[in-house]
Amino acid sequence: MNTSLSLAHYLLILQGAGWTIILSLMGFVGGTIVGLPIALGRISKSALLRRSLAAYIALIQGIPLPILMFLCYFGISVMGFNLPALVAAGLAMTAYASAYLAEIWRGSLQSVPNAQWEAAECLALTRFQRMTHVILPQAVKISIPPTIGFLVQIVKNTSYAVVIGFAELTYTARLINNSTFKPFIVFSIAAALYFALCYPLSHYARRLERKLKRA
Amino acid sequence: MTNIVEFRNVRKSYGQVEVLKDVSLSVPKGSVVALIGRSGSGKSTALRCVNGLETIQGGELHVCGRRLHEPGTDLRSLRKDVGIVFQSYNLFPHKTVEENITLSPRLTKGLSKAQAKEVAQLVLAQVGLSEKANAYPEQLSGGQQQRVAIARSLAMEPELMLFDEVTSALDPELTGEVLKTIEALARQGMSMILVTHEMSFAKRVANQIVFMHHGVVWETGDGSMFDDPKTPELRNFVGNGL
Repeated sequence: MNTSLSLAHYLLILQGAGWTIILSLMGFVGGTIVGLPIALGRISKSALLRRSLAAYIALIQGIPLPILMFLCYFGISVMGFNLPALVAAGLAMTAYASAYLAEIWRGSLQSVPNAQWEAAECLALTRFQRMTHVILPQAVKISIPPTIGFLVQIVKNTSYAVVIGFAELTYTARLINNSTFKPFIVFSIAAALYFALCYPLSHYARRLERKLKRA
Repeated sequence: MTNIVEFRNVRKSYGQVEVLKDVSLSVPKGSVVALIGRSGSGKSTALRCVNGLETIQGGELHVCGRRLHEPGTDLRSLRKDVGIVFQSYNLFPHKTVEENITLSPRLTKGLSKAQAKEVAQLVLAQVGLSEKANAYPEQLSGGQQQRVAIARSLAMEPELMLFDEVTSALDPELTGEVLKTIEALARQGMSMILVTHEMSFAKRVANQIVFMHHGVVWETGDGSMFDDPKTPELRNFVGNGL
């Protein structure tokens, strides 16, 4: 009985891992581009802006990621755009990541003591200068561990792209299992690959935290 | 006008709570005024009004030739003339002592890096901390941090300095070094308003002492007012302070 997978299977699953990385990066980069302005807007003086952004965050956080994937994939194609699964998954990950990253960063910005704002204000700095020279550098330091922690969530949650047939790691693992019927081996390999992606991130987050604490 | 600060019937409330009721007082240029009183008497609020951290709701407030009671006061330009030092120092923890001091002169006064460093050396010498330029705030004692905060304000070359209970977080030994720094500034003719609980210091340094009680100026005088309080409230306050 043939108990091992063929080389082609291994290559396929590695390729799936590659797409998982690409989708994670899309989610993180997109989530940063959208989420950072939202975080800043959440502490703006305009109550209208704060409330509309809070509504966006509540909406995204209240929708399961697979549904976001379906919405991006089928919902947008209903409107006449035919999106490849990669783009749809990237959009869904961007929306998902932006809502959570915005909240992490809003929390980081707000955990810089108010007295720091006041001190900067009393030194005649503009709101923008206060933000860039005094608040952001301190907030970045506070935000790094939770941000990288969330990066691990992004990597793991790309697996939901399986629902729209995007060939990331979970999808390819399932594909290979369907043809080889070796679920334990196949999904163990997938688990090991996910772990190999996520563990260095959490390890790096801890190291960075210690390093920044010293600085 | 020879008064650098003038309160005329100033009122201020937070919601229902009236913190300042009809406060009138003036600070002649080059003089030192000490605000004393219990917690909640309105002395810190009065001080914070002077540099626009709090807005007033009634009366007139003139500071460095500006009318703070009128809308549209340029607060940024006001703050180049009015420095403030807080109880909790509020140094920027991610910047060195020198960077703390040079930040605003570079950003708001357009000084070059070299010019700003020169200013920093000057003000650090003034507070006796020249050798700490490259230290981070957390490496300094509370007293040293507070002197850096004073230096940071001085680097803006203010016309008026505000001190908000600047020694309240310090032990007696460290309090002394900060008070000495402030006293030296007073001798150089800097206009100052200080909110303080250090009665003997107020008596020694201030030209005028203002006792605030329940949001009004209750009693004013020079250092001798402690020896002969006119109101039972001040007598009580001084009695408790000893």
